[in-house]
Amino acid sequence: MSTDQTHLTDFVQIRHAQKAFGQLEVLKDISLNVARGQIVAIIGPSGSGKSTLLRAINDLDPLTGGEIWLDGTQVNKSLPHRQYEKHINQMRQEIGMVFQHFNLFPHMTARENVTMAPKMLKGLSNEAADALAEEQLQKVGMLERIDYYPSQLSGGQKQRVAIARALAMKPKLMLFDEATSALDPELVDEVNQVMKKLAEEQMTMIIVTHEMDFAAAVCDRVLFMDQGVVVEEGPPEVIFKRPEKERTRAFLRKHLENAP
Amino acid sequence: MGLDFTIIPGYLDIILLGCLWTIAITAAAALLSFFGGILFAVMALYAPAVIRWPFKVIEFVFMGTPLLLQLFLIYFGLVQIGIDLPAFVAGVIGLGLHFAVYNSELIQTAILSVDKGQMEAARTLGLSRGQALRKVVVPQAVRAVIPPIGNNMIALLKDSALVSVIGVSELTLSAQRAIGATYRPFEFYLLAAAFYYVINLGMEWVQRRIERRISLSR
Repeated sequence: MSTDQTHLTDFVQIRHAQKAFGQLEVLKDISLNVARGQIVAIIGPSGSGKSTLLRAINDLDPLTGGEIWLDGTQVNKSLPHRQYEKHINQMRQEIGMVFQHFNLFPHMTARENVTMAPKMLKGLSNEAADALAEEQLQKVGMLERIDYYPSQLSGGQKQRVAIARALAMKPKLMLFDEATSALDPELVDEVNQVMKKLAEEQMTMIIVTHEMDFAAAVCDRVLFMDQGVVVEEGPPEVIFKRPEKERTRAFLRKHLENAP
Repeated sequence: MGLDFTIIPGYLDIILLGCLWTIAITAAAALLSFFGGILFAVMALYAPAVIRWPFKVIEFVFMGTPLLLQLFLIYFGLVQIGIDLPAFVAGVIGLGLHFAVYNSELIQTAILSVDKGQMEAARTLGLSRGQALRKVVVPQAVRAVIPPIGNNMIALLKDSALVSVIGVSELTLSAQRAIGATYRPFEFYLLAAAFYYVINLGMEWVQRRIERRISLSR
């Protein structure tokens, strides 16, 4: 049964996740364990449910069945509305998320984007918040633009600030929802570099991506999803080089230069 | 008889004092209409029905009836139930709530058109819905409607002449008083019109400064 002690292998647990919009089943009984420090890529065609699964982890798209656990605590606990709101706001502080369209707050500078939540939710002083902003923006190489507004930044720069904003809450887990899909090709690399750096720092990450090369280079494990189920999963060298399922091969033929 | 503007200097002090009252009542009512407009908009969109419906009634009353009548109700009507407001306060409340309702309409639409990714990003960081509205959604919505709110505020300035009927010695009433003493309506009404125009220019200047300050952060 579910326990509160966390084994190395079950830092993040998705147990029998199901999601339906009326008759339409978007997620059909998906289970997934992610160990602390592991990096998992979710790939698959659009409409496969991969973004929905990612967004279920921090309850942006609540599941209709199944459980999400992070570090021994159930994220989607069943609680009365008010208590649940408190609980989920607490949990979300521990789960950073990066979006395809950045969703930076346009009325705030890079600094304010990064410091707003820590100030508000953790009661950081102005000095501590400024130090935090400098530290996080330094990490993503955006320190020189600390007082710029999002409208003054390129897409890649915006995404790096968005990553710094998420990191400023010191999350245990980072979710990336097609973080580079909206970027011009020449700006993809600067974001990938930041994600690689996080990988080196042992950040636990779940990444929905279309970039097979990046997934192959950085991830410990790759999940191929289609039509709401995990078709195949394994280490990248297996999924990308010797996939077992025909559906996986068919997908990779379209997305890889030298597909198996 | 022709126009004779030489009589104006003798009454300039009354007229200037009237200007000050007009500026004061416009500024106070503008502030009330701005923050009241934000409050009404958030209520209209997010409050539970028990709170929302009384607000809908207020909204209907202030949009559907003449401002003049509203001022009479607030100044003369409320006395009957024991609320005796000074004319200035009654004027600020009447003008302020009247335009708060119009501002609220603008702000509601703007709130609904803020990208929903903004709310999601804020919630993802751990903010409650109320915190996300306050720090992320409403500030963006208000920035987007500063120009039309500015137009409302200019309408407010012009409608502030109506509070002369409840005895606030603002610009229009001051002009009338000068006319009462001199029987020179054309000169003093023209003078008042000129002063309204100048105040109007001042408001536009303030609005432009605000717009410039927020233009980066849009």
